[in-house]
Amino acid sequence: MSAIHLHFDVPGDDFTRAGEASGSTKKRLKALGYDSDAIRRVAIAMYEAEINMVIHANGGYCDVDVYPDRVEILLADDGPGIEDIDKAMQEGYSTAPDNVRSLGFGAGMGLPNIKKYSDEMRIDTKLGIGTKLYLTIKVH
Amino acid sequence: MTVSEFIDKLNLKILTDTGDLSRTIDDCYIGDLLSWVMGRAPENSAWLTVMGNINSIAVATLADVSCIVLTENATLDEDAKEKALAHEITVLQTEENSYKVATKLYELLK
Ligand SMILES: Nc1ncnc2c1ncn2[C@@H]1O[C@H](COP(=O)(O)OP(=O)(O)OP(=O)(O)O)[C@@H](O)[C@H]1O
Ligand SMILES: [Mg+2]
Repeated sequence: MSAIHLHFDVPGDDFTRAGEASGSTKKRLKALGYDSDAIRRVAIAMYEAEINMVIHANGGYCDVDVYPDRVEILLADDGPGIEDIDKAMQEGYSTAPDNVRSLGFGAGMGLPNIKKYSDEMRIDTKLGIGTKLYLTIKVH
Repeated sequence: MTVSEFIDKLNLKILTDTGDLSRTIDDCYIGDLLSWVMGRAPENSAWLTVMGNINSIAVATLADVSCIVLTENATLDEDAKEKALAHEITVLQTEENSYKVATKLYELLK
């Protein structure tokens, strides 16, 4: 049973709105009185995944299920997919174009951050079809 | 130390004034690559950067830093300013570089 369900559309190529899904989720969890460390981990993991959809996949959507002991997040896009997941997971690996690098993206740290801050992470990706990222963050 | 004391001691310019100036600063982080900062900046730190765009504000909000300091007079974009005001993020500015600011902050936090 899911206590609370949140849904967000993440528009592609709109940097002014990127961070809205993670920001709203953070606010909501705060209001619900969740532990601040868990909230921080959700916010960071979700922002990185959200911004990846904006930069690399022309947007997508995000579903969040909030349970008493964990937060489950699905981020789905129908972008180009990830060719080599092992490579993409490496710190420093990035295919970000120059125009977004000048905005401060492209360190190749997003996916490693997501891994670091989530308890479970699974990537389903198909070239030319899209990417689904499933995250679980436990509340301690 | 509070953000407000930090502002006074280093004579920083306040670019957005809706944030909580009584917030504690107990650490410092320097960086311009956003996911680097997002993953590494400690909570309640002063974040020194030259990156004054709207995404910096999102990072500051989500990573829970106490304030952003735009060093070397780096500018704050207009849409970033609006977002910072709305999200109550304190953005400060100084002509000094990040190294100088960090060494002064280090002395203050000792
Ligand atoms: N949703 C996605 N769709 C397609 N490719 C992706 C997606 N997410 C990540 N990637 C690929 O994986 C690479 C690594 O992603 P990661 O988030 O670690 O770094 P980055 O986004 O390039 O830079 P940073 O996150 O540090 O700003 C990306 O450069 C991109 O090639
Ligand atoms: Mg990324």
